[in-house]
Amino acid sequence: MAGLTTDGGRHPLFMPVILVGGLLFGFGLAASQMARPEVVLDFLQLVDLGLLFVMFGAAAVSGLAFAVLPQLRERAPLTGDTYERRLKSFDRNVLIGGAIFGVGWGISGVCPGSGYASLGIGNWPILLAIAGMFIGAYLQGVWRELTN
Amino acid sequence: MFPDPFVLAVFETLFPEGITRYAVGGLFVGLGTAVIYAATAIAPGASSFLESTLTYVSDRARFQQYRASRDWRIVFTIGIVLGAAVYAVIWQGAVWTTDVQWWRLLAGGILVGVGTRIGKGCTSGHGVCGVGSRSKTSIIGVVAFLSVAIATAQVVLALGVSP
Repeated sequence: MAGLTTDGGRHPLFMPVILVGGLLFGFGLAASQMARPEVVLDFLQLVDLGLLFVMFGAAAVSGLAFAVLPQLRERAPLTGDTYERRLKSFDRNVLIGGAIFGVGWGISGVCPGSGYASLGIGNWPILLAIAGMFIGAYLQGVWRELTN
Repeated sequence: MFPDPFVLAVFETLFPEGITRYAVGGLFVGLGTAVIYAATAIAPGASSFLESTLTYVSDRARFQQYRASRDWRIVFTIGIVLGAAVYAVIWQGAVWTTDVQWWRLLAGGILVGVGTRIGKGCTSGHGVCGVGSRSKTSIIGVVAFLSVAIATAQVVLALGVSP
């Protein structure tokens, strides 16, 4: 996942492609209005279910890539890494973390990607939510060390 | 006869703003993910950026697994901010700010930071890449955070907190 080529360096096009991918990703979040917490809250309060089309529309397109690319070629051109699906092991952390994330999402209407995009549409108060995310990510790092 | 008036009424109740902007937005989000995956075989999620960026200021063991990816995750996040800014400059015009109270942004943000990292992913990692990979773990994760988020938002609404 580090994106290094076999000689340990980066392909010159690696960062430009990551940037272009991020641009498309952020443009989509703004165009869908998901960058606005109010629109997310309307979805979670079941006033407007349109956001289903953002997540599942995006999953359909990426799913096509995940299914087709491994058939076309074995390794990615810029990293030499093999194409694999995004599979994570299941344990109770998926449920515990998911529930904690759900409470935070339901309170604020902000998730990580939409939070970054929200900054791009000029929503400067979202910096509080992003600061909160860093605090939360740090706290879980401390918590993991205390419990392991 | 199509469009049937009843079907049309149900559709307008469920999707008062239509579905075009949502579907178009989703296609772009998926396209961004697919471009990165096609070129690099990386399935990018948005929340790992939090821990990978923390490695610049913290030596805690937990964060070090993200150290090697910290540079491109910053580039990915900058891309998300700029991509949204491109949309805003062309179609939004003025700066837009939220009416959600500061304490909800901060408290919600902290819980999102804890939960996405313990739960192995967020709306993009589990929701877009994981569901796109037909990962059972991610589908269960999405059901978990989506159902809890809907329940939480209903409680917030019932308490009279707006928006």
